[in-house]
Amino acid sequence: MPAPPLVSVENLVRRYPLPAAPFGRRRHVAAVDGVNLTIAPGRSLGIVGESGSGKSTLARLVMALERPDAGTVRFRGTDLFALPPDELRRMRRGFQMVFQDPYGSLDPRQRVERIVAEPLDVAEPQLTRRERADRVAEMLAAVGLSADAATRYPHEFSGGQRQRIALARALITAPDLIVADEPVSALDVSVQAQVLNLLMDLQETRGVTYLFISHNLAVVEHVADDVAVMYRGRIVEQGPAAELFSAPAHPYTRALVEAVPDLSSFDGAGSHPPATDADADVEADSESGCPFAPRCPRARAVCRSERPRLREIAPGRAAACHFPGE
Amino acid sequence: MTVLDVEDLRVDIRTPTGRLPIVRGVSFTLARGTTLGLVGESGSGKSMTALAIMRLLPQAADVSGAIRLHGEDLLQADETRMCRIRGDRIAMVFQEPMTALNPLHRIGDQIAETLVLHRDMARRAALDEAARLLDRVGIREAQARLSAYPHQLSGGQRQRVMIAMALACRPDVLIADEPTSALDVTVQAQVIDLLRSLVDEFGMALILISHDLGVIGRLADRVMVMYGGAIMEQGSTKAVFTTRAHPYTQGLFAALPGRGARKGRRLAAIPGTVPAPDALPAGCPFYGRCPRGQDVCRDNPPPVVEIGGSRAACFFPGP
Ligand SMILES: Nc1ncnc2c1ncn2[C@@H]1O[C@H](COP(=O)(O)OP(=O)(O)OP(=O)(O)O)[C@@H](O)[C@H]1O
Ligand SMILES: Nc1ncnc2c1ncn2[C@@H]1O[C@H](COP(=O)(O)OP(=O)(O)O)[C@@H](O)[C@H]1O
Ligand code: SF4
Ligand code: SF4
Ligand SMILES: [Mg+2]
Ligand SMILES: [Mg+2]
Repeated sequence: MPAPPLVSVENLVRRYPLPAAPFGRRRHVAAVDGVNLTIAPGRSLGIVGESGSGKSTLARLVMALERPDAGTVRFRGTDLFALPPDELRRMRRGFQMVFQDPYGSLDPRQRVERIVAEPLDVAEPQLTRRERADRVAEMLAAVGLSADAATRYPHEFSGGQRQRIALARALITAPDLIVADEPVSALDVSVQAQVLNLLMDLQETRGVTYLFISHNLAVVEHVADDVAVMYRGRIVEQGPAAELFSAPAHPYTRALVEAVPDLSSFDGAGSHPPATDADADVEADSESGCPFAPRCPRARAVCRSERPRLREIAPGRAAACHFPGE
Repeated sequence: MTVLDVEDLRVDIRTPTGRLPIVRGVSFTLARGTTLGLVGESGSGKSMTALAIMRLLPQAADVSGAIRLHGEDLLQADETRMCRIRGDRIAMVFQEPMTALNPLHRIGDQIAETLVLHRDMARRAALDEAARLLDRVGIREAQARLSAYPHQLSGGQRQRVMIAMALACRPDVLIADEPTSALDVTVQAQVIDLLRSLVDEFGMALILISHDLGVIGRLADRVMVMYGGAIMEQGSTKAVFTTRAHPYTQGLFAALPGRGARKGRRLAAIPGTVPAPDALPAGCPFYGRCPRGQDVCRDNPPPVVEIGGSRAACFFPGP
């Protein structure tokens, strides 16, 4: 029998109001619109999808940093939004987040020691100063920073080093789950390689589970076991990474895969991906029909009248498309 | 036709403990309707080169050399003159959108302000134009979102607002510092198309700074690989990408995650880290991290050698 999931998300919905037009009715953006997913312990789920498709919102909901309008997030079977605040706080030691921005996510006025130790205030307030210092030193070593980093300030570090500090902070409570929102997007290719190697090492040595968001498919291919593709707040395709990338079933996944440049066959003119109109999820979209239809090369009449549900198309694979894999 | 001509650009930062050489003799020319790609690890001096051209360096910076825009040396221009030029003839998309956007002002007003300032547009017309620009960079519901504040947009949307702002006045030269790094591939493709059409249709000259070699490959006519404040390799994109004459260029390519990789495969990072500006060797900046480095590289500035149409500053160049 498979292990029970570490994380399970059911029918999750989060709406944000659009800025009001002078006379129009108030409209909303459904940033996350009925998402279901599970992650087994020790696995990595990659989330891909275009800008504004709801990836970061999903991450904040899973982290219980924000309340959903509907749906549940369960961590080891416990519904996070049904917990009283103090119990949720205790629960938080089990899941931590790493953000994209290695500049903004660390408090510039705090020394690294303080930044890295902060999650312990809530998780293990009983620790002595000595024990805290030891834990910080251990974490800095685990992410490949020297011990003297503890007494320095964030601005004294490069982007990649700051991302290591953020990881040390995320790891200090020995969480089972790390939600990483574009953790390497701001990094150059060499530092990106170092940080990705580090993430993979930590999974091997500590069995960390990742919810890993990235717009870079090649990066996701390196770290993820499974992948969910988001489009306008919904998951439109889901499955094992290798299969999903080698044989995408949903036309949108296919467009994503084809947009990735292949540097090995560089021809001077540059390959030219299909331009697509971007952006997300405004409610005004007709409720009937497939949201991808206006951009879809496969669209037929039924696509405009009937919304495709996410359904199994092969063992372990699902797609929300009337004509998957054609 | 040359729009921008940068000659022996040097930037030093004065610190209490001495002068830090940040940009060390960078020269290039940029023709109308072409794109120059600038690549290199963080800390290699790309942004400082860009800020020097914009004359937006920190107070503590000393600049020398020449930066000629249509023949006018910007290093000789006073601040009043630079204010006229910036945003109008030469514009920049900054690496960190949240620091460049004002969190307290609606994005429509922020874009319109540039147009009112440089184009003498009335506010109403400027807002209409702002909506058109937002639409152009792929922001849906552009009209409604004119009244959004920056925090109400996703990271990628904020980045596109920045691009819309920089394009507002159709500058002759646009410097885009990591403009697509936060964007997913499809929006990236769209922004690339947009930049490309501005270059092709309006003859804009583009300096594109990116660590994404794929984006550079698609857009740039010429490429400059920077490290330690100096140019390691320079040439047509095709020559640099196919020859990869400099060991540093080779290191950057080798670190890329390839498609079709098995999960968990380790990536080949360049060993070590970018040294601080005051810790660079006297000779080749890449000495110490370079797999081919010899004693001669440590102590002497490397010669510039042409191989396969690409010019590399290296004692032992070649694929
Ligand atoms: N104000 C400063 N004081 C001391 N050291 C600094 C300062 N700014 C940068 N450094 C050092 O310079 C090196 C380069 O780091 P820096 O973060 O400035 O690179 P960067 O180009 O800004 O990279 P990124 O663009 O990824 O942030 C690092 O070793 C860092 O410690
Ligand atoms: N205000 C500053 N004071 C001191 N050093 C700086 C300052 N800004 C940048 N640097 C240094 O200048 C070098 C080049 O930085 P930058 O141009 O931002 O690199 P890139 O854009 O290539 O990542 C780095 O070593 C960085 O540490
Ligand atoms: S349901 Fe139809 S329109 Fe939607 S993705 Fe599938 S083929 Fe395209
Ligand atoms: S000059 Fe020497 S150290 Fe520098 S890149 Fe060439 S071989 Fe390497
Ligand atoms: Mg995001
Ligand atoms: Mg930079």
